[in-house]
Amino acid sequence: MAIPISYNIRNMKLRRGLTTMTALGIGLTVMTAVFLMMLLAGLRKAFVSSGDPLNVLVIRKGANSELTGGFTKDKLPILRQLPGIATDSHGQPMTSGEWVVVVVLPHKDGTGEVNVTLRGMEPDGLELRQNRVKLVKGNWFQPGQREVALSRSIQNRFGHTNVGDTIDFGKGPWKVTGIFEAGGTAYDSEIWGDFNQVANQFNRQNAVGNVYLRATSPVAADALKHRVADDQQLQLEGMLETEYYEKQTSNGGAIRYVGIFVGLTMAIGSVFAAANTMYAAVAYRSREIATLRVLGFRRGSIVMSFVIEAVLLALLGAAVGIVVMLPFNGWSTSTANNVTFSEVEFSLRITLSVIIYAVAFAVAMGLIGGVAPAWNAARRQILASLRD
Amino acid sequence: MTLAKFVRKNVYRNKLRFWLTVGSMAFSLALLSFLMSMWQAFYGNSLRSEQSAQRLIVRHKVSLTNLIPSSYRDRIRHVPGVVKVIPMNWFGGTYKDATQKNFFARFGTDPDEFFDVYPELEIPPDQLDAWKKDRAGAVADTELAKKYGWKIGDRIILQGDIYPIRLELTLRGIFTAKLPNNSLYFNEKYVEEGVPFAKGAAGFYGILVDSPQHVDQVSHDVDAMFANAPEPTRTETEKAFGLSFLAMLGNVKAFILIIASAAVFTILLVSGNTMAMSIRERTREVAVLKTMGFTRKVILGIFIGESATVGLLGGILGTLFALLLITAGTKVPNAGNLFVIAQHFWLFTAPTSIGVAILAGFLSSAIPAYAASKTGIVDGLRHIG
Repeated sequence: MAIPISYNIRNMKLRRGLTTMTALGIGLTVMTAVFLMMLLAGLRKAFVSSGDPLNVLVIRKGANSELTGGFTKDKLPILRQLPGIATDSHGQPMTSGEWVVVVVLPHKDGTGEVNVTLRGMEPDGLELRQNRVKLVKGNWFQPGQREVALSRSIQNRFGHTNVGDTIDFGKGPWKVTGIFEAGGTAYDSEIWGDFNQVANQFNRQNAVGNVYLRATSPVAADALKHRVADDQQLQLEGMLETEYYEKQTSNGGAIRYVGIFVGLTMAIGSVFAAANTMYAAVAYRSREIATLRVLGFRRGSIVMSFVIEAVLLALLGAAVGIVVMLPFNGWSTSTANNVTFSEVEFSLRITLSVIIYAVAFAVAMGLIGGVAPAWNAARRQILASLRD
Repeated sequence: MTLAKFVRKNVYRNKLRFWLTVGSMAFSLALLSFLMSMWQAFYGNSLRSEQSAQRLIVRHKVSLTNLIPSSYRDRIRHVPGVVKVIPMNWFGGTYKDATQKNFFARFGTDPDEFFDVYPELEIPPDQLDAWKKDRAGAVADTELAKKYGWKIGDRIILQGDIYPIRLELTLRGIFTAKLPNNSLYFNEKYVEEGVPFAKGAAGFYGILVDSPQHVDQVSHDVDAMFANAPEPTRTETEKAFGLSFLAMLGNVKAFILIIASAAVFTILLVSGNTMAMSIRERTREVAVLKTMGFTRKVILGIFIGESATVGLLGGILGTLFALLLITAGTKVPNAGNLFVIAQHFWLFTAPTSIGVAILAGFLSSAIPAYAASKTGIVDGLRHIG
């Protein structure tokens, strides 16, 4: 017969101080783990969910990013004639030649200058991204004008970025005409302007950095991608926009390694602490345990009961850790895209999987820390313990 | 029996508890020393060579991805205080494959002056000569050569991405750095010959200034010279240049502080927990001690001494353990460099960690020890554990 859980709860309440301190210790470990997992979840959101599966990105063969691309403009008409490209609102193939460059802007709070991605696009660039991006203020930039629209998160971090302001980069001032939001994806770290204006600014008028093609369907997108890559004359590479962003998540790697190292080190420390508390609990209750045995509870029930108590302790810790970290949800920070050298803004995100992992992590600590003391409790001689 | 012996006996009384406490502290301290090393490596100066304080980096004002004209090199050379100027061209590209595992820094530069600007990189003179003579020659860091098993004379093939060219390099020299920089350098002319747009442009320049006192003046003069040129420049110290990359990783300072405080707080909790358990169990004993005439102060001292001893031992074992962990870490490919840095700073982080552990022991025992010293004799004797 199992020992009721209320027995454990009453015991934990009795030694309130000990319970609190151990739970807090586990809580701190869970907190750190949650923090790191939130970072990773935010990073994943910024990269993996970026891009549209219907957009096909075309870059120079051998280039590995939009930034290192660049090819002659005469390839544009050939690309525009490929089958499977959707038509835009003017009845033309929906394609956008673009330049992606990096500009340096000073942080509003004076914490230094960082690289920011500037994207110059043809008018269709907006149309093929309309499902992903929402204009929240002002208007889009006008073709042929020194105007830019920028993301809400850029606006939050850099000065002179309100609608109507002028912002300085490249060869001079640009007028800010609008603010957009892109749901935490990579576009949320970009400034957008007209293709020719951006190309002029960086002396790249005679070439195009990369081209986006809007496919009519996922099948057409796949076909387009292969057709571009297989054409020996073009010397170009095609990939789905989603694939492009997926490839860039590798910079979460460093954070993941550090996170695993930190998480494991702290977890082992917490396991020791939990074991300590549980050993003490067993020692205090040595006579109680013997009494339970006399009453007919089996060894297995005793082991079970103490393991459950350790897990309860850990769950309490998990609750503390998660609750403490809740306010950090949405706290934004940034990282560098290691392909483009520019800053990518992302937010800490507490997702369901973060919570599940945190709870599992805590339970594992409780289990590991609780098994040895529980075993120790069950193994004791009844008579010797009663006599203590 | 002296008081010190009494304290020592009590520390080891419950061996299992002692080891669990020390073990728990050790892991948190290992983490703490690791974090302190990172902090030192990023924001301190001790890892930088003396020459580093004499170096400036000139890049395009707009961004690192904009190239600056080669003609700037001679103009910079004539700025008073400038000793040497070398171009540094980030090549990118892939070695073997595009995985992160095979990624390392590759720069095109000028073999004639490269080692003058970086005198702390040591290379045998005959190897340096060989590099200068071979336009398709390259030099690599010891660690990098070790990783790939490169020997002098080996072929190293790099497939370009920014520059559409396939470099077939021959390793002519292996240099040793105080801290491995995992970089490969080759002659920039090799790329210029094969790629028309690479001609006449450089990624950034490294400048050696005659003395650290002139660094600010030179950096100001260089930027002033190109302020109204079509390609304006931005000149900063090597340290500032490095930190601008770190700034891209996010608020690293805050991350380190958050995790470090969690680690310190954990040590406090663990140590406090142990002392609370231990003192609670000995309530009756304390009463007996008092009956025997020990004053409250002595009893307080005994407990605090006990806790500080656990802290000291935990600290020592923790830092030794940290060293073990860090040494093991240096063997991990890729993550290796972080651990090399941590190893470098171990002598600095060890005393600090031990100090933190003792202090934690001290602070955490104060409350339960004070409570125990205050308990009345009769209450104490009546106490049931």
